Amino acid sequence: MESIGNYAYAGIWTLFGVAFVVLVLFFASLIRPQRPNPNKLKTYECGEFPFSSAQFQFNVKYYIFALIFVIFDVEVVFLFPWAVVYNSLGLFALIEMLVFLAILIFGLAYAWRKGALQWV
Amino acid sequence: MELPIFYILAAIIIVSALFVVTLRNIFHSALMLILCFFGVAGLYVTLHADFLAAVQVLIYVGAVTILMIFAVMLTQQLTGRKIQQLNDQPLPAALIILSLLILLIVSITRTGFEIADNLEPMPTVGTIGKAFMTTYVLPFEIVSVVLLVALIGAIVIARRE
Repeated sequence: MESIGNYAYAGIWTLFGVAFVVLVLFFASLIRPQRPNPNKLKTYECGEFPFSSAQFQFNVKYYIFALIFVIFDVEVVFLFPWAVVYNSLGLFALIEMLVFLAILIFGLAYAWRKGALQWV
Repeated sequence: MELPIFYILAAIIIVSALFVVTLRNIFHSALMLILCFFGVAGLYVTLHADFLAAVQVLIYVGAVTILMIFAVMLTQQLTGRKIQQLNDQPLPAALIILSLLILLIVSITRTGFEIADNLEPMPTVGTIGKAFMTTYVLPFEIVSVVLLVALIGAIVIARRE
């Protein structure tokens, strides 16, 4: 019951964060000078002029990074309940998780070896 | 206290889901889908399913939408272009949706949702973690082999040149 109640804090802080942004932007709009200029809408590139739109077709090589990320994201799902009960289980749980991680790190090593992590 | 929170979350889910299907830029639709998934995670929290809420955030908000956004950005025809919201066959669509609505209403009203009386809701993450480490050790380790197969399969398919 207690750990569910803790989620209320997350909700309250989410509301606080949203309200903070809205209020600050609202009050700033009351007092700031209004001088619209098309240059202000340009993408900021540290002083350089952007030479094309950012919305173009990206290299398909990025997709493998997304796939590897998804695999390790699923791994985190299993790490999370393990971390919650880790203190009450001790050494055996640590070894089990090390086996779990070792099998996956083998996959990461395979990806590395195959050059999937490399930008060619 | 639970009822107003449910209504707020339901409003967020419905409004963001409407934006997903009506926005003209498919990238914005994907971003709205993230908000929708967050709302569903909030619903899980109010239902005392804390592990499910964490999985919802990790898998749906984290992984599924990332794959969708990548797929959008890798597709030339979709990126940055305003998509046409075609309504070629409004009548068949309305009929199908109406029959689905009737089916849902009938099945929901006919089902008696029985609630156990003296069952205190409790956190599930610890129980699940303990079950992984004791009773279900072997399935737990096999999951990692399954993930390894998925990882190697993804690399083999994606790196084929």
